[in-house]
Amino acid sequence: MKWIALVFMLLASPVWAVEPDEILDDPVLEERAREISANVRCVVCQNEPIDSSNAGVARDLRLLVRERLVAGDSNDEVYDFLVARYGDYVLFKPPFKPSTYALWLAPIFIIGVGGLAVFMMLFRARRTATRVPSDLTDEEQKALDAIRAAQKKDLP
Amino acid sequence: MKRALAYLPVLVVVIIGAFAYWGLQGGRNPAEIPSALISKPVPEFALEGIEGVASPGLATADLKTGELTLVNVFASWCVPCRAEHAVLTRMTATQDLRLVGINYKDRADDARAWLEELGNPYLAIGHDFSGRAGIEWGVSGVPETFIVDASGTIVHRFTGPIVGDGQRRFQEALDKVMAGS
Repeated sequence: MKWIALVFMLLASPVWAVEPDEILDDPVLEERAREISANVRCVVCQNEPIDSSNAGVARDLRLLVRERLVAGDSNDEVYDFLVARYGDYVLFKPPFKPSTYALWLAPIFIIGVGGLAVFMMLFRARRTATRVPSDLTDEEQKALDAIRAAQKKDLP
Repeated sequence: MKRALAYLPVLVVVIIGAFAYWGLQGGRNPAEIPSALISKPVPEFALEGIEGVASPGLATADLKTGELTLVNVFASWCVPCRAEHAVLTRMTATQDLRLVGINYKDRADDARAWLEELGNPYLAIGHDFSGRAGIEWGVSGVPETFIVDASGTIVHRFTGPIVGDGQRRFQEALDKVMAGS
């Protein structure tokens, strides 16, 4: 009984939305199609790439991507084709352009400001630690320096 | 300088708070996809009519006739379309509107039966069995309705059924377009 269960477990493979009849004969093109499909959002399910979505539109788009690739389009041309119809929204990775500068640069900016703040705090902490404010008068300070100098000389 | 710096956390909290407040506002639908086709000319497509239905097919040229046109994407298998159909029929009866349809991923028999049962308010219907024209239009699901102005430019895209509150919003958008043209 256990053995039968094990056999079935080994036979089980991850469920792919890509159906056998969609797969291209050319493995290189198919690889590219899979790569593109993984980066294209399914417009119905929205948080799933078309590569793993079972929605009808996702299947249509997968077939379309393959069709474009077979016709000789580059990956970017395929993306452009989709963006022209569905907008940047279909891309999981938004393009770097003026309207998305804030999106892309904000993390760098925030980490930069945070890093600078931490650096400044550490720097200041070190400076205050080395220069302890003293209430000594000039004469007392001179006397103290003399004692310290004398002590240093005594050390081996 | 030090003083100003002390207020920085407050500023950060205010900015984050403003975004959170914006995100909590009602009426904002995060699932709504902005259309890439607004203020673009209608896509190139040519569809045959549905077999056995009197309405002719639909192609790009039919939307560049110098008249404002509503393009309704529907299917017989789409339940909200059924509710919307009555509203669209009423709208075409009471207002001077040019309504055409794209029958999306539907079998001719089913579409014909559906139109026979509910009536056919469409001047022309393109039969998009493969859904390819739907992709050209950036359709994500049915029903969807586009307002195309006289020059053949897409000026509005409405997702979901034109019923109830949706009808009010669609009519508002339509009135705005008509007032502008």
